[in-house]
Amino acid sequence: MSQNSLRVVWVYPDLLSTYGDQGNVLVLERRARQRRLDVQRVDIRSDQPIPTSGDIYLIGGGEDRPQRLAAERLRRDGGLNRAVANGAIVFSVCAGYQILGHEFINDLGQREQGLGLLDVISTRGEGERCVGDVLADIDDRLGLPPLTGFENHQGITHVGPNARPFARTRIGKGNGTGDGTEGAYNDTVFGTYMHGPVMARNPHISDLLIKLALDVNALPPVDDRWYEALRNERIAAATQPS
Amino acid sequence: MAGNTGPLSPRAKLAVTAGKAAAAVSRAAGRGSGSVIGGKVALKLDPDLLARLATHLDVVLVSATNGKTTTTRLIAEALRASGPVVSNALGANMPAGITSALAGGSDARYGVIEVDEKYLAGVARDVSPKAIALLNLSRDQLDRAAETRMLAEKWREGLAGTKAVIIANADDPLIVWAASSSSNVVWVAAGQEWKDDAWSCPSCGGVMQRPGDDWFCGECGFRRPTPSWALSGDYVLDPHGSAWPIHLQLPGRANKANATTSAAVAATFGVPPQVALERMYQVQAVAGRFDVVQFLNRDIRLLLAKNPAGWLETFSLIDGPPAPVILAVNARGADGTDTSWLWDVDYTRLAGHPIFLLGDRKLDLAVRLEVAGLDFRVCETVDEAVQSAPPGKIELIANYTAFQDVRRRVGN
Repeated sequence: MSQNSLRVVWVYPDLLSTYGDQGNVLVLERRARQRRLDVQRVDIRSDQPIPTSGDIYLIGGGEDRPQRLAAERLRRDGGLNRAVANGAIVFSVCAGYQILGHEFINDLGQREQGLGLLDVISTRGEGERCVGDVLADIDDRLGLPPLTGFENHQGITHVGPNARPFARTRIGKGNGTGDGTEGAYNDTVFGTYMHGPVMARNPHISDLLIKLALDVNALPPVDDRWYEALRNERIAAATQPS
Repeated sequence: MAGNTGPLSPRAKLAVTAGKAAAAVSRAAGRGSGSVIGGKVALKLDPDLLARLATHLDVVLVSATNGKTTTTRLIAEALRASGPVVSNALGANMPAGITSALAGGSDARYGVIEVDEKYLAGVARDVSPKAIALLNLSRDQLDRAAETRMLAEKWREGLAGTKAVIIANADDPLIVWAASSSSNVVWVAAGQEWKDDAWSCPSCGGVMQRPGDDWFCGECGFRRPTPSWALSGDYVLDPHGSAWPIHLQLPGRANKANATTSAAVAATFGVPPQVALERMYQVQAVAGRFDVVQFLNRDIRLLLAKNPAGWLETFSLIDGPPAPVILAVNARGADGTDTSWLWDVDYTRLAGHPIFLLGDRKLDLAVRLEVAGLDFRVCETVDEAVQSAPPGKIELIANYTAFQDVRRRVGN
């Protein structure tokens, strides 16, 4: 991989781009370009093969039926699994997060097989949807500031021994398991329930993915003024009773 | 003229009277028009009141994600050529507001009713409409509303077997899916700029193919129906192939589309397109939207845009650069509390405009525009934004409660 180029693949925007998921692509692209990287963004519709030569793959949230369709097509295609085997980085949100696990509950109420790229299993909660602002502490090993996001889901995701919870919630439901975990990750594959979109509120996550993809420890700083202002406002809003 | 209070039962009359009294109290207390509270009281006393009030009216229902208030106004103006109209012109579009509006129109012949998307099937059952206009469906307030395709599915189930003529947009696959359970549909090529909720076939889930203005599912054969009415540039094409010029005071392509659908609706009641379109010219502003107001010695055009499809249509109607643009976004209950949708809007369309940001969620907008590579200024108040804007008419685009906040400050 050349040190000054980055190939970003947005997986299935026709099915999984419901909650501003394009935002993660735009933030990642912008921050990579600000580091003078030559960014190639490729949007792959669900009737196209997933390229296996990407550096970072982003997969977003969606409604229940498109989620099932996406899982079926990704399983049939196999490209995302091959890309991960090649060492690619994957970042997934909500419905996309569930798809990366071993299984989830589809729109027909049945267990649907996932891609098995992340050691998680998802079921569907019985109660009300989890909707609202979230504040969480990201796993210490990743060295990132607190996670702020907006959740809107009914999923319950159990993290297995071959993955780690991405964060621990201070406010909000996260994985919905009642143990305070939010999201999951392993060396190269990440999943979260956070919308917002999550990289707009947590630009450090996009920087982390870029660093992992380039195998570097640091990136030149960029002007984070507006991100910081937004983060402070949302963290304050989450901690104040409405 | 068929009056609609004459045949009402004593219970229904009492309900109407009590509703009006409650509305008057609410108004006197300075709490808005009182139409919703009045309708709630009346429906409590007589749950069938809405159906009773509609019995003697020819009812048109209008529903959509965007444009329903404006289209309701345009249809009401057109039908006035043929008789008195009662309408929920201010956009109180749930059953209580609709009941209240109908109770106020005792000598009307037509009821032109805007209906919230979630209530369409139920209201259509209650009021036995003669016509139902369906304009578009797209993502809107996903933190509290039904998923978009589920909404289309509910319409499809609720409208199956209706006796009403459905006047529906052939260019929106979700609308076509919803309407095609009915046997009596007039298809209108009204266009739809926003396409990102219809890449997946609502029937089979296949990937949609969208060459030019056409669309079809590559897998199951679900495809765009042949329209009998069409918007073509500044003209309405009727089923006979005649082209009628659209003259509106309202700006933008979306309003021309609304006028086209309205002309098709009017024609089902015998009002010719020429007459209908002439009458639509009367409409200047709709509940304050599209209004140009003077504030701090500046002209400001007030534009409401509540969701990605609405913002996209709005960007296409504003004056070009260097017209200053103020954007205002809130995320209160009525707006939806998730601001993620800002990332579905292509703000690069505003390149070259001086941009000023307002509202509870101006910092979400600031990050959005920073990532889009645009210059902007974050302001605390409308006054500051207006005073900071360079000369020229200001285009102000706001979502729902932000729009109300702005209107309260700038008057009108």
